Amino acid sequence: MLIAFFADIHANRQAFEACLAHARDQGAERTVLLGDYVGYGADPDWVMQRVMDLAADGAALVLGNHDAAVGGSTNGMNIEARVAIEWTRTELGKPARDFLDALPLSRTDGDRLYVHSEASDPKKWIYVTGTLEAANSLSATPAHLTFCGHVHRPALYSLSATAKMTSFTPTAGAAVPLLPGRRWLAVLGAVGQPRDGNPAAAYALYDTGRGELTYVRVPYDVETAAARIRKQGLPVWLADRLFVGK
Amino acid sequence: MVKPLHETGVEIDGFRLEAMVHRGGMAMLWRVSKPGLEGPMLMKVPRIGEGADPAAIVGFEMEQMILPKLNGPHVPKFIAAGDFARQPYLVMEAIDSPSLLKRLPQLPLPYDEVARLGVRIAEALDDLHRQHVVHLDVKPSNILFRSGGEAVLIDFGLSHHDRLPDLMQEEFRVPFGTAPYMSPEQLRGIRNEPRSDLFALGVLLYFFSTGVRPFGESETMRGMRRRLWRDPMPPRALRPDYPPWLQEIVLRCLEVEAGRRHPTAAQLAFDLSHPGEVKLSSRSEKRERDSFTTVMRRRFNTDLTAQRRAPVTEQLTSAPIVAVAVDVGAEAAPVNAALLDVTARMLATLPDARLACLNVLKSSAIAIDSTLDKEGHNKQIDRLVRLKDWAAPLKLDERRLTAHVLEGTDPAAAILDFVTANRVDHVLIGARRDSFRRRVLGSVSAKVATEAACSVTIVRAPRVPLGDA
Repeated sequence: MLIAFFADIHANRQAFEACLAHARDQGAERTVLLGDYVGYGADPDWVMQRVMDLAADGAALVLGNHDAAVGGSTNGMNIEARVAIEWTRTELGKPARDFLDALPLSRTDGDRLYVHSEASDPKKWIYVTGTLEAANSLSATPAHLTFCGHVHRPALYSLSATAKMTSFTPTAGAAVPLLPGRRWLAVLGAVGQPRDGNPAAAYALYDTGRGELTYVRVPYDVETAAARIRKQGLPVWLADRLFVGK
Repeated sequence: MVKPLHETGVEIDGFRLEAMVHRGGMAMLWRVSKPGLEGPMLMKVPRIGEGADPAAIVGFEMEQMILPKLNGPHVPKFIAAGDFARQPYLVMEAIDSPSLLKRLPQLPLPYDEVARLGVRIAEALDDLHRQHVVHLDVKPSNILFRSGGEAVLIDFGLSHHDRLPDLMQEEFRVPFGTAPYMSPEQLRGIRNEPRSDLFALGVLLYFFSTGVRPFGESETMRGMRRRLWRDPMPPRALRPDYPPWLQEIVLRCLEVEAGRRHPTAAQLAFDLSHPGEVKLSSRSEKRERDSFTTVMRRRFNTDLTAQRRAPVTEQLTSAPIVAVAVDVGAEAAPVNAALLDVTARMLATLPDARLACLNVLKSSAIAIDSTLDKEGHNKQIDRLVRLKDWAAPLKLDERRLTAHVLEGTDPAAAILDFVTANRVDHVLIGARRDSFRRRVLGSVSAKVATEAACSVTIVRAPRVPLGDA
């Protein structure tokens, strides 16, 4: 089975549509959404409608920190993120807000764990930016594979049978075998706000039969996504950064 | 934990163990069969469990990731894999030939045979590098040959794949390899330098042509590190009749700095297949090792420890073999000028590229041996001179430029043969705007463009303004 993973959509309709279409063309049969559907971008309403439709069709979902902030606190967020969340609250109707409130922090699916930030304490929203955080997360779960987002930069960590960590920056389009002899933590790139210097939207495909994970990049209509952010009066940097992937 | 149950007749996932062919410190090799699968097959089973070397497990994992990604005649075909949770194994095509290890009692081999072996191994390495992999354990026991002559590289347990996690690097952080063949940069923990494989091949060529290993067999870190500053005894000091061109090639492979070796395996293969075209430097004549002061300078040169790290494929794409087909006839002057311009622009962006200038001397189908006579020989020389004259304005380092007069009844076929045999990456060829010959005989450039497996750029003379026509 081919599973498509999407993380950090951040209300970017153009990027999400491009990734969904790409995944469909690749033959993805199952959808996993790793949180942060809203915040930063200009189309939270459209994105939430699409997310709820996917959930109704059987997609697996977890909660992201921006999603939690819609009905909770924006403490710890930078000024642009806070402005975007405050605006998002005015945009979302009750059904979408209730839907977000009901999402779990993590979800187990066979030998796979889905979580927005990491597994050791998901509600602390810790960023996995190196082998130390990755090791903490891997030691907190028995799952063979952990999939998360939150960092907006793709990375792949593994823990060997002898308790050694490895880290790797994946090449887009190259399938990596997630060997059964070790445990893996896949940090996905962001659909709606990539920060690794490549403006193309990021998602991933996991082939359960072959045990191979492919990080995918999809070019999308950045101009329209950025114009929408400006039109809504959101901080200009949130539009500008999309062009450079920062 | 896995129960070791390996004996003749046992079946694992339908593969029947027929006979054990090797039992090493890292793995066992079994000849296996399976109904419905043709051809000889080998199963590699890692030695794991109590007291096993952790490197054996990681090496096996690396091979399990890399082998299924590889294609072509220079690697054993991947057939199946079993996972670690149950029974780890890899099944691959068995190459029915002894490894080069079998040749050791016959060393030293004749020089031309060493060069031929070198060409075939370098071609296999080129193929591997183009698939994003540095082998990192090139040595006689890992090189086999197909019945068609192609070299086959085996054992990817120490290899680095540019697009896969490098479990070896992360897990051990100490160099792994085979002591006599390990490159200086490998000793420093660099694992993504394709020219490390050229160093190992240089060690092999030195050993096979002299009977002596250039850096001995020391396995201590201190002993191995000596190669960072101490150059090997020049082969000519060991065998006075050693050909200068071969010494030039072998010592270039053994340069401490990767940047001073051949830029790619394809360029090394090119030199080994054209001994007469190898540009001889002071390396070729050396009969003594470097002086004490040179060695001391190298020893305390910190630059050597700070080498550039570029991805495998980047190194290859920056160092292509470019062939330019030049028609030396007088009527070709306008297109030749345009060809020169395009060539110069291309080489300006590719400092490690090498250029092969080609011209075809048409031999008649009836009197094929006429070129052997004096007139034919003179024609050859005349064409070579004109080719070199054409290339002179490029001001290329002699090592980057060769000129070749090919012979054949069909110029396009002669060019295509050269392109295939020498792994040319890009062909530049001029085309006449219109000519009686092209209409009658068909266009050479069109045939080359259609049939070459590499990129072809067709160059035409600048358009003549209408008023001047």
